[in-house]
Amino acid sequence: MNQSQRYLWSGDEAVARAARDAQVAWGVGYPGTPSTEILENLAALGGKARWSPNEKTALEVGLGAAFAGARALVTMKHVGLNVAADPLFTAAYTGVSGALVIVSADDPGMASSQNEQDNRHYAVAAGVPMLEPADSQEAYDFTLAALEISHRWHTPVLLRMTTRVCHSQTIVVPNRRIEPPPPADFQRDIQGRVMIPAYARPAHRRLRKKLTEIEAWNESSGPNEEHKGKPALGIITSGISYAHVAEVAPDASILKLGMTYPLPMERIRLFVGTVQRCVVIEEGDPYLVEAIRAAGIAVEGKPEMYRYGELSVERVRRILAGDTSPEPVPPRGKPPQLCQGCPHRTAFTVLNKLGCIVSGDIGCYTLGVLPPFEAMDTCVCMGASITVGLGLRHTLPAEQARRVVSVIGDSTFMHSGITGLVEMVYNPPPQGHVVLVLDNGTTAMTGLQEHPGTGRMLNHEPTGKVSIEALARSLGITNVRVLDPAADPAGFEEALRQALDAEKLTLLVARRPCLLAAGKIREYEKTAELQRSGCDCQAAGNDQVSAGGATQT
Amino acid sequence: MKDNKVTNVVIAGLGGQGVLKASDILSRAIFDQGLDLKKSEIHGMSQRGGSVTSDVRFGKKVHSPMVPVGEADFVVVLAPEEVENARRYLRPTGVLITPDAVDGEALSNKRSINVALLGILSRHLEIPESVWRSAIRACLPEKLLEVNENAFTLGRGTS
Repeated sequence: MNQSQRYLWSGDEAVARAARDAQVAWGVGYPGTPSTEILENLAALGGKARWSPNEKTALEVGLGAAFAGARALVTMKHVGLNVAADPLFTAAYTGVSGALVIVSADDPGMASSQNEQDNRHYAVAAGVPMLEPADSQEAYDFTLAALEISHRWHTPVLLRMTTRVCHSQTIVVPNRRIEPPPPADFQRDIQGRVMIPAYARPAHRRLRKKLTEIEAWNESSGPNEEHKGKPALGIITSGISYAHVAEVAPDASILKLGMTYPLPMERIRLFVGTVQRCVVIEEGDPYLVEAIRAAGIAVEGKPEMYRYGELSVERVRRILAGDTSPEPVPPRGKPPQLCQGCPHRTAFTVLNKLGCIVSGDIGCYTLGVLPPFEAMDTCVCMGASITVGLGLRHTLPAEQARRVVSVIGDSTFMHSGITGLVEMVYNPPPQGHVVLVLDNGTTAMTGLQEHPGTGRMLNHEPTGKVSIEALARSLGITNVRVLDPAADPAGFEEALRQALDAEKLTLLVARRPCLLAAGKIREYEKTAELQRSGCDCQAAGNDQVSAGGATQT
Repeated sequence: MKDNKVTNVVIAGLGGQGVLKASDILSRAIFDQGLDLKKSEIHGMSQRGGSVTSDVRFGKKVHSPMVPVGEADFVVVLAPEEVENARRYLRPTGVLITPDAVDGEALSNKRSINVALLGILSRHLEIPESVWRSAIRACLPEKLLEVNENAFTLGRGTS
């Protein structure tokens, strides 16, 4: 036994602790369940952590930090990696000088997501090594390992987690150590980092060579574990699925893969040779089983019905028994709803009353789709409300087109609504368009995070503030109004009615702080005001704090 | 507790009722006993008043963080309307603890029902009372301590 202290940490907290212990220079990301708590914990531990407008900007900032020789951690939920995919694929070519670890927190079963995409495919598609922790101990250890691998092979590394690993609390003994990073320093490397075709072609070849080396390392020394059991049953697994497997089949031989790209195929082949029956147990898509079969190794996979949703002890039992009978349907339980007194309630009541075709977006306000409001007609991805709404406006018959409204939250607007506004100005529909920004002064859905429109950083300290209405006006949208629907429902209804009739490009900002955030926002503003005024007491009285815009009407 | 036996607890209720706080306190108490432990729940949409469950499993060695349906030794339910949903987790010999197990009139603050029900649970677990009390102190802010300590006493003392 070692002397190290034991802790009870969530997977997210363990990643944050590892990042702090490794002196990661920058933690950057966009909030998204189940990844949000990583950066919040890193900030609470005294690390440098920042919210970025979206995952693409976050990854690029992290890449810059890693070009400068520093260690960077970039966090996002699975769909966030779609937004960040552009830099990801070419960062695999450029590589990094310091270290760059990208956390993709996948959500099998969609506890709080619009799809259950399996981001293991991204590792293969982009050509970046991937580690998959099974619990908080591994979340800690693998974060450090990912930083080392990233630095050793000058490559971004994907740390692929899932909801259960992110949010389950398990015991961690943090006894792994990592060398401190060197100071940041710019070393010019034009051919390595300027991806014009002439330099990108050799970069692609370098990437494939690196992956071959990493594969060889994974074969001999990767973070993979073999539990020798009885030879009758062998199981190949990774991540949270291992936990279920270890419970269901304690006597089986188990090969638990910690690094799932590039795969240690010879080790897998040897393992399969030692058992009579070999089953691959993995959550989500048949990623491992297809790769293993493509290598000419005969293994069993799971029946298609288990592709959907999370795995569990019960489901692993069924898979091993070859049971494809219908599963018991769990009771639905009480669905979530917009809080009583939530300012969004008025907005959706009016949208419903006016018979609007609502192009919706991602956030708390997506709950406007549920009864009693049922005031949402589309919801696809962050920012799509504005542009899908434009597509509807362009193509529907005029009498329907006039009723289309794009509804987007303030944080989502900052994330990817701005280019939609540019599209609206550039290609205006004949009947104009109405964009309604539900500005509650926070990122409510993920637990009240700051964003560029609040004028505060992740740690709630004041910073530059982006004004939604000023931005819209600067783009040439002249019909811009800021209202408080909860304070004046009739006025809000009249304003929306006028906007629909006006057939112009209109941006309405429905501004009122989230009920859950209002008290905290007041505290942050008070603190900021005190800091600004400093010893100049007279200034405190008449100085309008820039962060105070949430009450503007 | 027998060797290698994993004890499974499911705490169920509605978002905002303190389900996660209750499982935090339980986990802290178990952790301080030196046992292996896993605690799991789904965050996210559940924050908006929907059904929430939190699984706590402990013993010498715990693998899966999720309590399988029909294998919970204890199911603690904070909301009357969630009892039927949560009951499916219980094993045939398991103990169901429902909100009516506490005398609501005796609770000085209705919001501390979560800690009162932990008091009832505590009677079934081999964890010293002092460990429970320090777990409560570790998980709750100073201003909420007295009302919750009283709620725990009520749950632990009444039968």
